[in-house]
Amino acid sequence: MAPFNVQVPRRLRRLIRHPWFLGVAGIAVLLVLWSVVAGLGVVDRLFLPTPAAVLAAGREEAASGDLWRDIGASVLRVLGGFGLSALVALPLGIAMGANATLCRLLEPLLALLRYMPAPAFIPLLIIYFGLGELPKVLLIFIGTLFFNTLMIMDAVKFVPRELLETTLTLGGRRRDLLLRVITPFIAPQVLDAFRINMAAAWNLVIVAELVAADNGLGKRISLAQRFLRTDQIFLGLIVIGLIGLLIDLSFRLLMRRSCAWAN
Amino acid sequence: MELVLDSVCKRFGEGRAAQLVLDRISFTLHTGQFLALLGSSGSGKSTLMRLVAGLEAPSSGSLSLDGVPIRGPGSDRGMVFQKYSLYPWLTAAQNVAFGMELKGLERGVIRERTAFYLDVVGLADAARRLPRELSGGMQQRVAIARALAAEPRLLLLDEPFGALDLQIREAMQEFLHGLWQRTGLSVLLITHDIDEALLLAQQVHVLAPRPGRIVESLTLDLDKGDLRQLRLSAPFQNLRHRLADTLRQLDRDPAPGP
Repeated sequence: MAPFNVQVPRRLRRLIRHPWFLGVAGIAVLLVLWSVVAGLGVVDRLFLPTPAAVLAAGREEAASGDLWRDIGASVLRVLGGFGLSALVALPLGIAMGANATLCRLLEPLLALLRYMPAPAFIPLLIIYFGLGELPKVLLIFIGTLFFNTLMIMDAVKFVPRELLETTLTLGGRRRDLLLRVITPFIAPQVLDAFRINMAAAWNLVIVAELVAADNGLGKRISLAQRFLRTDQIFLGLIVIGLIGLLIDLSFRLLMRRSCAWAN
Repeated sequence: MELVLDSVCKRFGEGRAAQLVLDRISFTLHTGQFLALLGSSGSGKSTLMRLVAGLEAPSSGSLSLDGVPIRGPGSDRGMVFQKYSLYPWLTAAQNVAFGMELKGLERGVIRERTAFYLDVVGLADAARRLPRELSGGMQQRVAIARALAAEPRLLLLDEPFGALDLQIREAMQEFLHGLWQRTGLSVLLITHDIDEALLLAQQVHVLAPRPGRIVESLTLDLDKGDLRQLRLSAPFQNLRHRLADTLRQLDRDPAPGP
């Protein structure tokens, strides 16, 4: 039997080998599937809006300014909560990684707290701090602090002893170890930890807004549910996903720029 | 420069679990001398090096440099480790400059000396490359340049070529020998490689394992004009076989009683 032989044109082969091609193709296939299924009308429009309807909802919200206000509100909460978490986790994680006593004291506590789901703190936060911005920011803070701290601590523990001791034999002091060896050495891992935990922060802001908020992308989705506006729900989900992807890519870019040595 | 170790003992652990790692080590190293400590694993040779570097304190006995007791690490004793020896985020030149920056030397002086020491180790062309872009042998040469640039009184080498391939290791031994001859450095080398000790050092102390102790000291009087010839020469080969026998014997015998 003759071998079954398909000639793939060279240009197509080159396209397939492009690092982004398959990823983009996967998303495109999903979009096409969505269009076809929604267009065929086999599923009630109320449950599955067409891409065109979602796009229209997007235009409408963008024109009224709601979209931008919601994005702004959610992003600010994430930045506030995560920024605070990073600010505390950096010194705490470094101290725990560098000091065995402190590590033995705090690691079990943090490991315990880490397994308490942050959303379970929402009732307490609302009782303590009401319905304003503070409880939302604190929720993100609580939900990311322990992960950030433990990951930074681990990074510090993996700084080779030889590098630290070399520094001491070159006349370095403790301060030099911290600022000139440990900090640059862990920078790529810290950025990576932030990138990963940022996803959790982004989850938590939506949860907080679903529970109680005046604005934000989560609030918009929960309002849309009340009025059966599945097009707005789809829009909200897509926008949330896109912003998440954007944050992830920014961290990757920052890492490639600032820590080229680690790639 | 004079490094003096007098009855240095090191114990790890406490009470019943205490383990004697180094037992009454005494020797002296003079200016310009190349001294090797030869021993198999368990001979405590790395611990001994860490004591000299000031990274650990002895349990008893004393170490002093030019009459001053060693109390901690300092830039008068430059150290080169076997691995993880370079800062991976810094270029070769920045690695060499690191110690001088810690000392707060002037920028101009740092730049000049960095170029000089990179040239000394034959890596002037690699100045802007990151450690991961350098071969293992080049990395160790940068580490040596960095230690030299801090202008230590004593250079400590802890199995510096142990992680390298045999051929590169031989080339590095020739490089180090040439460097020592040119600069008149004082060097303390730790190795388990008999050839390395015999080729490079003027004096070799053989360490027995468990506990680490000096069982034999050799002062070498070999013609080191051509290391490649030396490797093949009869006196070298004889010494080499004899030391190999000694080390094998030491590994087999249990430690003597207290």
